[in-house]
Amino acid sequence: MPEALLSVENLTAGYVPDLPILSGVSLTAEKASLTAIIGPNGAGKSTLIKVVVGLLPVTDGHIRIGAKEITGLSPDRMTGAGIAYVPQTDNVFRTLTIQQNLDLALKTHGNPQKRLADLYDRFPVLAEKRRDRAGALSGGQRQFLAVAMALAVEPELILMDEPSAGLSPKAAEDVLDHAKQLTAQGVTILLVEQNVKQALRRADHCYVLAEGRNQIDGPATQLLEDPTLGRIYLGGERRVPA
Amino acid sequence: MIQHLVDGILVGSFLSLGAIGLTMAMHILRFANFSHAELLSIGAYSALVFDKLFESLLPILAEKIGPLSMTGALAISIVLSMAITGLSAVLIDRFIFQRVRQKGEELSMVFASFGMALIIRNVIGLVFGLSAELYSQDIAFAMVVSRDPLLLVKPDQVFVLIAALVLMFILHLVLSRTTFGFSLRAVAENPSLAQVHGVNLKRMIAAVWIIGGGLGAVAGIFYGLSYQITPVMGRDLVLPIFAATIVGGIGSVYGAVLGGFIVGIAANLALVILPSGYSPSVPFLMILAVLLLRPHGLFGEART
Amino acid sequence: MIGVLSYLVFFTTVAAILSIAVLGLNLQWGNTGLFNGGVVASFGAGAYGTLILGGPPQEGQLGGFELFYPLALFGGLLFAGGLAWMVGKLTLRLRHDYLAIATFGVAVAFENVMRNATNVTGGAQGIRGFERPMMETLGSGLTYNLAFLISVLVVLALVYVFLERLTVSPFGRLLRAIREDETAARSLGKAPARIRLLAFVTGSVIIGLAGALYGTFYAFVSPQDVLPILTFQIWAMLIVGGAGNNKGAIAGAFLIWGAWTFSGWALSRFAPIEVQLYTGSIQFVLIGMVIVGMLLWRPQGLFPERLVVSQPGGGTREKTQAEGLT
Repeated sequence: MPEALLSVENLTAGYVPDLPILSGVSLTAEKASLTAIIGPNGAGKSTLIKVVVGLLPVTDGHIRIGAKEITGLSPDRMTGAGIAYVPQTDNVFRTLTIQQNLDLALKTHGNPQKRLADLYDRFPVLAEKRRDRAGALSGGQRQFLAVAMALAVEPELILMDEPSAGLSPKAAEDVLDHAKQLTAQGVTILLVEQNVKQALRRADHCYVLAEGRNQIDGPATQLLEDPTLGRIYLGGERRVPA
Repeated sequence: MIQHLVDGILVGSFLSLGAIGLTMAMHILRFANFSHAELLSIGAYSALVFDKLFESLLPILAEKIGPLSMTGALAISIVLSMAITGLSAVLIDRFIFQRVRQKGEELSMVFASFGMALIIRNVIGLVFGLSAELYSQDIAFAMVVSRDPLLLVKPDQVFVLIAALVLMFILHLVLSRTTFGFSLRAVAENPSLAQVHGVNLKRMIAAVWIIGGGLGAVAGIFYGLSYQITPVMGRDLVLPIFAATIVGGIGSVYGAVLGGFIVGIAANLALVILPSGYSPSVPFLMILAVLLLRPHGLFGEART
Repeated sequence: MIGVLSYLVFFTTVAAILSIAVLGLNLQWGNTGLFNGGVVASFGAGAYGTLILGGPPQEGQLGGFELFYPLALFGGLLFAGGLAWMVGKLTLRLRHDYLAIATFGVAVAFENVMRNATNVTGGAQGIRGFERPMMETLGSGLTYNLAFLISVLVVLALVYVFLERLTVSPFGRLLRAIREDETAARSLGKAPARIRLLAFVTGSVIIGLAGALYGTFYAFVSPQDVLPILTFQIWAMLIVGGAGNNKGAIAGAFLIWGAWTFSGWALSRFAPIEVQLYTGSIQFVLIGMVIVGMLLWRPQGLFPERLVVSQPGGGTREKTQAEGLT
């Protein structure tokens, strides 16, 4: 039985207490796997990720890493808990250089010099432009910088919010392929995607969210064939607990 | 003319120091803090207290350093005053501004900052009296740098300018070379992303106040060395300092430095054409000019 | 007895004039969410404008046109509105800090110019010799002051009714919409910057009206009347009354003006001589504490706004706003 790294249990949360965006969402992400969350616009996918990293308050439910409870931990302590987050937009500091962005992300690392060299090996394009301002990077390069910053602290879990949004098809595939490669190195990835086909092709497991609730979930390959998926996207079927 | 230019540069040195902290706080906390100039008063008066204290405890410290009216006692007092003023700024934020922010919104903070300015200024007046104070009662003689055109500079002014530039350079190194500096800039640009990368927001906000208070204290002391210390110095400096941040672009530290010098020079050069009574209006005219020509200042970025 | 009565008339006149200014500020801050750090500039523009246009010629001084009073008053209001238009035009498109700083700056510059432009404003001496309207018919005694008080109260009532109507009019709803959610308002095809400018100028004209009445009442205005403390006093009145609430604004004006005059009187009567030198400082600290204290502990004011929210069906529903100032 594979080990669950992240487990979310009956999570209820939102921007204001009386208006939950998420109502009782549960999911698990297994160690060294790629888990995708998909669903129509407004399903609460990004909200879910923001709640997990502590940017939005939890009304009810639990979030655990392994056996450790991280519900309500403040966002600046997430890297310490082994969690990194790549937001959808504004995910690098545009006014800092690439080197400065990485130095900042490596702030708490034990051996930043060595780690920086590793990251530059992994992303040669960043090494090349290390003195440029991050604001000057192309969309794909910026996404790689954001991923590199997330990887800096050698996290166990990386949460990605629509990593392929706004990228060219080629760059989108590169970024998603990279995410897949990371799982081979033992990193657990949880990502939200609009790009359902691309995400499912790479994901191990997939959750479908709509209206802030779990709809269906299963191995990604099976879901691709599941007719329910299409109906949820077309707005027909909703599985709402009685 | 040359004399006005040189005087303007000297005024610019302490306006810049004051404006740096103001622009940082405005950028990160997103409100115009009208009590910032009172930090200059707090700095100037706490240095005065320490100065008198050290001079009476250790008379040797009352000796002047070279041609300056500055003494060893005042030098130590500057450092202590920076700490006290930085701490005051942190406490005012913690007990007033943060609580007002929780109850209302940005506009309430601006009102609260006016209220705080009024309180601080007048409490200082009540404690220290309304008349002006000086660090040194001796008359400082100006050096004649040139006779034609006549150019007079006091040794203290040269010290003030050099010390201000050194402090700004140190700040530049911190912001451009240290991860602490990157964290500050990161918080200014995108607070939630900074948090996600392990930056402690509360600690950074405190750091901004300590830096702003510390530099403000130096600005106040330098103002006191150049002119005199009065309870209303904050009231007289608040508009020039704001003008410096607008000229430089709100949020830009380098803009604040440049803006401070530009406002200082302009206010002095204006005396060539305007009667001296009008000099308090000059910062406002500069604000108008910048808003007309380049609303986001020299280095500012558009942000609503 | 006559003494008490004439003092009451005097006090009520000034408090009512200040109420008009607080109502003007309420349109800007309470209803539109605009910061005005230079209330005193609009107030002073109204006073100076009216007195310069309506006053008698003075030696070595420009102005003194002896205009018919309503015309002079109109000129004063035009001056106040023009000044506000200039500042608003330049800053209302930018983030709100700019308006705060620019309005504060205009107040500093206004006082500075009034103090120095001796050949227009009389400089530190101010403008003297203004003849109040209807003096010939009413004399200068209590009768005149009573008549003046009644006129001020009528103006106050008119301004109040005007603003109450405005708040429930489509324009008032638009102001509120822009205050709550500017992006949404813009997406509906409204130009928030223009509408805010209109509200800002209107508020400033009302504040200018208060200034004009103030100048007329004293038949004198000097730079001492346009010091920054007046801005803080008027704010304190609105904060105590509750931003957004016109009735509260008037109540706040009377309350704060009463507290101010009382504290001044008490300090001069009971405080030792050496403390009296600091009367101003003590009163300023008190005003600062009222502003900060209210924002900390009762941001909705003593008399919270009763928000009238119009319903789609056309009926209205009243609710008490408790969350604080927006």
